[in-house]
Amino acid sequence: MTDAAAEKSSTRSQWADVWDQFKTHRGAVIGMAFFVFICLAVLLGPYLWTLDSNFIDIRSKNQGPSFAHPLGTDQLGRDTFSSVLQGGRVSLAVGVVAMALALFLGTLVGVVAGYFRKLDGPLMRLTDLFLALPILPLLLVIIMLFRDTLRGLFGPETGIFILIVFVIGITSWMHTARIVRGDVLALKEQEFVLAARSIGTPSRRMILRHILPNVMSPIMVSATLGIANAIITESALSFLGLGFPSDFPTWGRLLFDSTNFMTLNPERVIWPGLAISLTVLSVNYMGDGLRDALDPRIRGR
Amino acid sequence: MLNYTMRRLLFTIPTLLFISLIIFLLLDLAPNDPTGDLPLTIPPEVREKIRISLGLGEPIWVRYLLWCNQFFINEPLNMLGHMFNTCIGDCENRLRVSSWSTRSPVGDLIAERMPQTLWVVGMSYVIGILIAIPIGVYSAYRQYSWFDQAGTFVSMVGFSVPTFFTGVLMIVIFSVNLGWFPSKYDTLHVVTDWDSFVFQVRQSIMPVSVLALFNASQISRFMRASMLDNLNQDYVRTARAKGMTEQVVVLVHVLRNSLIPVVTVIALGVPQVFGGAIITEQVFSINGLGALLILGIQGADIPLVQTLTFIFAVLIVMFNLIADVLYGILDPRIRYD
Repeated sequence: MTDAAAEKSSTRSQWADVWDQFKTHRGAVIGMAFFVFICLAVLLGPYLWTLDSNFIDIRSKNQGPSFAHPLGTDQLGRDTFSSVLQGGRVSLAVGVVAMALALFLGTLVGVVAGYFRKLDGPLMRLTDLFLALPILPLLLVIIMLFRDTLRGLFGPETGIFILIVFVIGITSWMHTARIVRGDVLALKEQEFVLAARSIGTPSRRMILRHILPNVMSPIMVSATLGIANAIITESALSFLGLGFPSDFPTWGRLLFDSTNFMTLNPERVIWPGLAISLTVLSVNYMGDGLRDALDPRIRGR
Repeated sequence: MLNYTMRRLLFTIPTLLFISLIIFLLLDLAPNDPTGDLPLTIPPEVREKIRISLGLGEPIWVRYLLWCNQFFINEPLNMLGHMFNTCIGDCENRLRVSSWSTRSPVGDLIAERMPQTLWVVGMSYVIGILIAIPIGVYSAYRQYSWFDQAGTFVSMVGFSVPTFFTGVLMIVIFSVNLGWFPSKYDTLHVVTDWDSFVFQVRQSIMPVSVLALFNASQISRFMRASMLDNLNQDYVRTARAKGMTEQVVVLVHVLRNSLIPVVTVIALGVPQVFGGAIITEQVFSINGLGALLILGIQGADIPLVQTLTFIFAVLIVMFNLIADVLYGILDPRIRYD
């Protein structure tokens, strides 16, 4: 073994410590394993379970679980299992993309407000204003108003996807922005920032090289909460009938469609709801574990 | 404190005006037309007349100011007059914000729907708080016990599972399979005697418990965290050293101090609960405010949607203010001056 490799194994990186702490949180590990499982199932599942979720077989409608259809069929004879897999793709994609948008906006506003004193006041007032907006009613209104235009521009599925991701993203960045701003304000007073400034580091590099890596931990915690929040919001919108169209299944849409057949085929309600609930639960547990692991006060113990 | 409250109150005025402007502009600049849902056989000149009769002929700032006048001046005056059974000013001819689809004042529609929402939402919030506080206190007091583990898990589940799934699940179990409770909420039901009261209780159990579970799981997490923060403080050791019983230490000294942040969380949660009720009302077909909003959205009834959305915004701003002021009053360490 060379010297460099020996040195590398003796000095542990911060992320190795975080991972060690994360592993001690049982719920978080189970949550992460389950989340990975769901992601894999949703990504690879449609290749293994090749039945098309839009294939109509009216003669085998409203069936219970069987070998041909493990989760039964709906009122048109479409396979519920492949719908749930297909719907999961959309739900998770909405969750991840909306979270990424919200994180980008939140980090941008937070870092700029914390770093540039002149912009702090206006940006934080803007954040307060956004926090005072009634999110769910406003989401419903925006979707009602812009649905048809975007559908015309980008096609029925892509248009709604862009709209939903966009509205969820621009209405859920505020908490990230507040947390990031607080951390940036504290970081700015530390010596290494002064040192970097004294050798003439420009603001752009200061933010990218010195500030951003140090506010990664609150951003990561917000990321997990953001995914959970976006999945729930998308499902709620679909459940209210203002989300994706019916032939383009998402978990919320499947739940909404199956409530009409609750007395006839009650178990159909369970699967999409269970998928939403378990995904959100596992993501929340992951967030809990991550928060504990990234908190230096707890990690020392 | 009074100074701070006044300053905050003054700041709410521009905030609310700005929010109302955002909502107004959003609805107005949207690409779709309120007459778009009418039959295509209506000739263009009649369509234009309909638009003008809906008040769409004026420039946007005139319409915004008119709406502000109607909402901030006419509606409160009307409400006051109604409350005291008198007529303030020219109450016969005063213009009110009126719905496009029903042609009746939006204020009356909201007043009709308010009791159902308040009953379900208010009950569920009160019950949620009553469940959450003892659970939070006990799980913090016995941290890492089996009760704490179970409580934390249940609150995590209650917090993660969306209300539209718990609601639908309850309907499947208790209405479809067991047939204990009605799956639809009958808002026309009037309580006159014992039997009708029992029916009212039976039909409220499911919606109230769905929302209560959700609220309780959120509040109990805060309660537990806040108790844990306080249990290790020096004043607790002092109280024990003075020979106070454990009951007094926990339930008087620690609980009182731990409730301070929880009370503000409860106040901050009220508008969210109203928002969440939109979904629960849809699940159980309660025709409250949320159902009215959905109805307005589906019918493109812009004045109704505008007013309701704005009322939700007013709730948020108001309860933020209440939470901040309560925090200052309850916690003498916090002084805003």
